[in-house]
Amino acid sequence: MKLARKDILGIKELSVEEINLILDTAESFVEISTREIKKVPTLRGKTVVNLFFEASTRTRTSFEIAGKRLSADTINISASTSSVVKGETLLDTARNIEAMSPDVIVIRHRAAGAPHMLARMVKQSIINAGDGAHEHPTQALLDMMTIRMKKGKIAGLKVAIVGDIAHSRVARSNIYGLTKMGARVAVAGPATMLPRQVGEMGVDVYRRLEEAIEGADIIMMLRVQTEREHQNIFPSLREYARYFCLNGKNIKLAREDVLVMHPGPINRGVEIASDIADSTSSVILEQVANGVAVRMAILYLLTGGES
Amino acid sequence: MTRYLLAGGRVIDPSRNIDEVLDILVEKGTIAKVGKNLSPSNTAKRKTGGDVTVLDLHGMLVVPGLIDMHVHLREPGFEYKETIRSGSEAASAGGFTAVACMPNTSPVNDNRSVTEFIRMKAAACGLVRVYPIAAISRGMEGTSLAEFGDLADAGAVAFSDDGKPVMNGGLMRRALEYAASLDMPVISHCEDVNLSAEGAMNEGFAATELGLPGIPSAAEEVMVARDIILAGFTGTAVHIAHVSTAGSVQMIREAKARGIRVTAETAPHYFTLTDDALREFDTNTRVNPPLRGREDLAAIREGLSDGTIDVIATDHAPHARTDKEVEFEYAASGIAGLETALPLSLKLFGEGVLPLDRLIRVMSTNPAGILRIPGGTLAPGAEADITVIDLNGEWTVEPDSLRSQGKNTPFAGWAMKGKAVMTMVGGEIKLTTP
Repeated sequence: MKLARKDILGIKELSVEEINLILDTAESFVEISTREIKKVPTLRGKTVVNLFFEASTRTRTSFEIAGKRLSADTINISASTSSVVKGETLLDTARNIEAMSPDVIVIRHRAAGAPHMLARMVKQSIINAGDGAHEHPTQALLDMMTIRMKKGKIAGLKVAIVGDIAHSRVARSNIYGLTKMGARVAVAGPATMLPRQVGEMGVDVYRRLEEAIEGADIIMMLRVQTEREHQNIFPSLREYARYFCLNGKNIKLAREDVLVMHPGPINRGVEIASDIADSTSSVILEQVANGVAVRMAILYLLTGGES
Repeated sequence: MTRYLLAGGRVIDPSRNIDEVLDILVEKGTIAKVGKNLSPSNTAKRKTGGDVTVLDLHGMLVVPGLIDMHVHLREPGFEYKETIRSGSEAASAGGFTAVACMPNTSPVNDNRSVTEFIRMKAAACGLVRVYPIAAISRGMEGTSLAEFGDLADAGAVAFSDDGKPVMNGGLMRRALEYAASLDMPVISHCEDVNLSAEGAMNEGFAATELGLPGIPSAAEEVMVARDIILAGFTGTAVHIAHVSTAGSVQMIREAKARGIRVTAETAPHYFTLTDDALREFDTNTRVNPPLRGREDLAAIREGLSDGTIDVIATDHAPHARTDKEVEFEYAASGIAGLETALPLSLKLFGEGVLPLDRLIRVMSTNPAGILRIPGGTLAPGAEADITVIDLNGEWTVEPDSLRSQGKNTPFAGWAMKGKAVMTMVGGEIKLTTP
């Protein structure tokens, strides 16, 4: 099977078959990272440009390692023009890169829709590595891969996503993906963190963490962005932690075999207590490991590979 | 001056409740006669002996010249987006004979010299009448009143800080009172900037899915409420610009019923598109106030239908490609609307929302009345500002073919039905299409 699309812009557009194809391919790539020589020649001669307009260590490194393990030439460009258009426009940057004939452009940008604009303008494959609060498809895919590997399935599981849903691209992509794959998704956060009509995305909406995680198979805690405090999204980190920190006590409401996930980087003691982050329930580091495999799979499939 | 006989068209004149096939004789720049069978042999020639040009308008609609009371011509200061000339050409092509232009230029139109400059440039162009709207506050900074009297004397027809709301309620109150003493209208851009904040689109389900920061309908509605209350308290009139939400329509309806002197306008995009149009992140759908939800669109149509909304104005906001070819959140807000307003409004007629006479009323007679400017009528003695419309003229919106410098339309590629085929301003033909 081949992936019949030029770009990976979001989970919303992907079919269940496409998601399964990516996850199956990713699982087959896991083994490569366990070898002594962690490299296969699959993408030799291909060029992957990581175009990051927003600070990122984890995702950029993950894409870079994924490309290198497949023998692609990977180039990182960190553009600091994160505020309103200064100097060269996104379009001009993209056209300049396009002129150097890469095969894939991975883009992270603080503005929702930036990868979509790029995809319309250039002929290369575009991978969205996070656009504003819109989508972060590779994160959702690695989360689904982790769930599938640990639980053997996704359908029928109860997944709670807790925190700033309104400003989270991870939440959106996971809601699209998990509901497509048949999971029951509950979201929770203070009303200031729940976007309007979020229930229409097919999720159960709660104001309290305890209600959302009750009986959950999976708990995904979202990172709190501390700058939101100044926008009156929450009064203080102290108060947020008091009501929305996953800890040794409230986690007992979930199933005993619950998996705790977090897209990272974590704020210990704010959205997740240290002992929970480091407990056996936590699969946070497996998520990171699977991230490399998922990104290898997407690079491979977008450049014409077949499973 | 050429004399014209506009023969055989269906004349709709909402100012006199006329809707029938009539001839119109235009002499010396004014409407000389409106009646049946004013053929040149038995009227014009006999009277004056001079020649009269007969225009056969059978099958056409002949209406008072369309008036757009809300446009941005961008000059002075933003000539790379639009000039008074290109804006006039766009207005004329869209079937308008008069426009009123907003003061958010650079420098701001808050003083006599800018008002005079706009009038001078527009007169040199001469395609449409251009009525400057002056700023409420100096520099549109929302702190101190501009010199209303001097501006009115220079030719300004209204006051507005459009583009920026007047957040200071005390200043708005004084503006309403002071303008009322000059019998001048005040046009309010209703937006609480603390509520709209960094928003890029309507706060609703589409924004939730797209992850774009939202502008709640409340941002508009709290200010509509404030201005209605101020107008009621001071006994003055206020005109609400670009109404976009169901809540605004309802408050304006109730205020009118209570006798408060509030009038309102909406723009074609608010009764044509919803926030679902943003799903491809097309920056040409970014506008302020933003495209709203389905209930809002229905309420805007109902408000037009029952007379709550008095005017269709375009809020023509031309931008250069560079203002729009950027990430959605960084893109300039605005839609270039002059050349698509008429067919989009005619769709309301086609869909049974507005009868033709009401449609012409909201695009001509009502704006003339609110701005206290000539036009909006085909009564004998009036200036001969006339628009001729072919209801069946079909065309496709091609941005590159628009006369406006602003190609920023979300209607690119749309098949339109209905277009202006002729305009006359002061008895002179300004637009003719084959």
